Amino acid sequence: MTFNQLKKLSKQSGNDLPVIRVALLGDTATQLLATAIKGMGQYRNFNIELFEADFNQIEMQFFNKDSELHKFNADFTIVFQSTHKLLGKKTKDRLPLIKEILNSFKGKIIYFNYAEIDDSVFGSFANKLEMSFVYQIRKMNFDLMNLAIQNSDFHILDIASIQNKYGRNFMFSPAIYASTEMILSIDCLPIVANRIFDIICASKGNFKKCVVLDLDNTLWGGIAGDDGLENLKLGHGLGIGKIFVEFQEWLKKLKERGIILAVCSKNEESTAKEVFEKHPEMVLKLDDISVFIANWENKADNIRKIQSVLNIGFDSIVFMDDNPAEREIVRQNLSAVCVPELPKDPAEWLEFLYGENLFETVSFSQEDKERTKQYREQVERTTFEQSFTNETDFLKSLEMECEVEDFTKFNIPRIAQLSQRSNQFNLRTVRYSEADIQNLSNNENYKNFAFSLKDKFGDNGLIAVVILEKRSKELFIESWFMSCRVLKRGMESFTLNTIAKYAKENSFEKITGEYLPTAKNKLVENHYKDLGFVSLGAGKFELKICNYAERECFILSKEIE
Amino acid sequence: MTATEILTQLQKIFCDVLDIADIVLEQTTTSADIEEWDSLSHIQLVVAIEKYFDIKFTSEEILEWQNIGDMIKSIEEKL
Repeated sequence: MTFNQLKKLSKQSGNDLPVIRVALLGDTATQLLATAIKGMGQYRNFNIELFEADFNQIEMQFFNKDSELHKFNADFTIVFQSTHKLLGKKTKDRLPLIKEILNSFKGKIIYFNYAEIDDSVFGSFANKLEMSFVYQIRKMNFDLMNLAIQNSDFHILDIASIQNKYGRNFMFSPAIYASTEMILSIDCLPIVANRIFDIICASKGNFKKCVVLDLDNTLWGGIAGDDGLENLKLGHGLGIGKIFVEFQEWLKKLKERGIILAVCSKNEESTAKEVFEKHPEMVLKLDDISVFIANWENKADNIRKIQSVLNIGFDSIVFMDDNPAEREIVRQNLSAVCVPELPKDPAEWLEFLYGENLFETVSFSQEDKERTKQYREQVERTTFEQSFTNETDFLKSLEMECEVEDFTKFNIPRIAQLSQRSNQFNLRTVRYSEADIQNLSNNENYKNFAFSLKDKFGDNGLIAVVILEKRSKELFIESWFMSCRVLKRGMESFTLNTIAKYAKENSFEKITGEYLPTAKNKLVENHYKDLGFVSLGAGKFELKICNYAERECFILSKEIE
Repeated sequence: MTATEILTQLQKIFCDVLDIADIVLEQTTTSADIEEWDSLSHIQLVVAIEKYFDIKFTSEEILEWQNIGDMIKSIEEKL
């Protein structure tokens, strides 16, 4: 993607695309960055309404309550304060300014950290001297990370990392800066705009959840079925074997942070699994793989199978295969699946993939580490279910137990994350940040429930959330979302029983709900109707408490005080 | 490369960057003659020209060109 292409895209009106309001503030000329942001928004299917503040107005826009920024009401406010403009200033004033902004401004901020400039005043000795510019810039980036840890709505656009990857000479062009006040080179604008949208998309619930992997010549060098286990190129000897070990180590790190790994390989299943079980240099074990498909069928069909077992969107799947022909088949049949164009030489893969930044997220919780295990348990459940002819018998035999809790400081990160991750079972698709959830938990006008489900196969963790707004005698379901891992288990009935019990005990007369359709939540179109609500039209529903009969389900309640 | 050849090449670059199919450049053409040629697209033109001819302009050159003729002169000096 070149800047020129982005510029052309920025001129297309995208009226039927979802609107995102973006404010851009900078201390250098940002017009071309603004164009790149608009174009990239269009490319990633958003209609960007942009407010670009006049040059160098950051403080005024934030601290003056009548400023254009405050009136604009942005979904995301992007702040680009350059390292360049700090060269002649006191760096120590900067951090207090940012803290003050965070204290007074409500809304999501995307803040550029500081690309390093070694001003060479002290040479390498700068590393031994707190007052040196090099030391101060690095310290500031470190402090910014700590601020970001404390503020869930404060996101860092890591321009320092981008510069590490592409180099300062690529990022900054002195002659252009001298004649225009522009800090970013034209060639780096698409990369920077892309990284901005990685953050925006992730906080809109649009991110990758699963990597589907080919095996032969992708996870190891050679073909297991032809070359034999002992002749595969894998391991820290001479040659290319270490490249595959390092690639697997990276995948393992992704798995440990919550990305599900699946295998889709043209192989005999026994041959493929033997490598995982017997090859001493394999980093990935069978335990790391949630769904393992090795057969001779078409890979697009196999990915459809993986998608239906895991019950996630195609657009959250990344497919990695060394073979360009297989990649092309998947692209043509499943256009939503992300298929990185891996370089011919496997040695180049990791650096290439680092640059693609496919796995952006805006949250991380302890449950992420458990995710592969949970999906493996899900596969066991599915097999178990197939041994029953009667659904009720199956549900009873699962021995399900549900914990119902309020929002607490322990579950807030997971709740925010579930609101961002749930696309299909999500009635109104409101995305909450941790700060939003925190505010709701302190708000007297709201009652919130978080549900965690266990069964004989394991712990599903926190899988459903309802957020209820008290409107005098009416209890309005502002949000109801649930992980699709626990579909068809009776959780909907259990949840409604919980809401109704609360409503009855607190003298509410009716429960009301709303279905707001999106491209992905057709699954719950009839959710309220199926649960006995009466339709009021325009996607609104109500349920009178007086004639509510508790719904049958096979989930034992375990209330937490 | 002759001045005419440079001019022909510039014409292609201008069409591509400014996204106009039928620009006709002359030695005397200035930014006032082409609506899309503003200070922002000027930078894009500079970068595209530098890339094509594999040259670097100085910041003064970028600021001081009065017309296409001046640009061509700068390019000729560097080739």
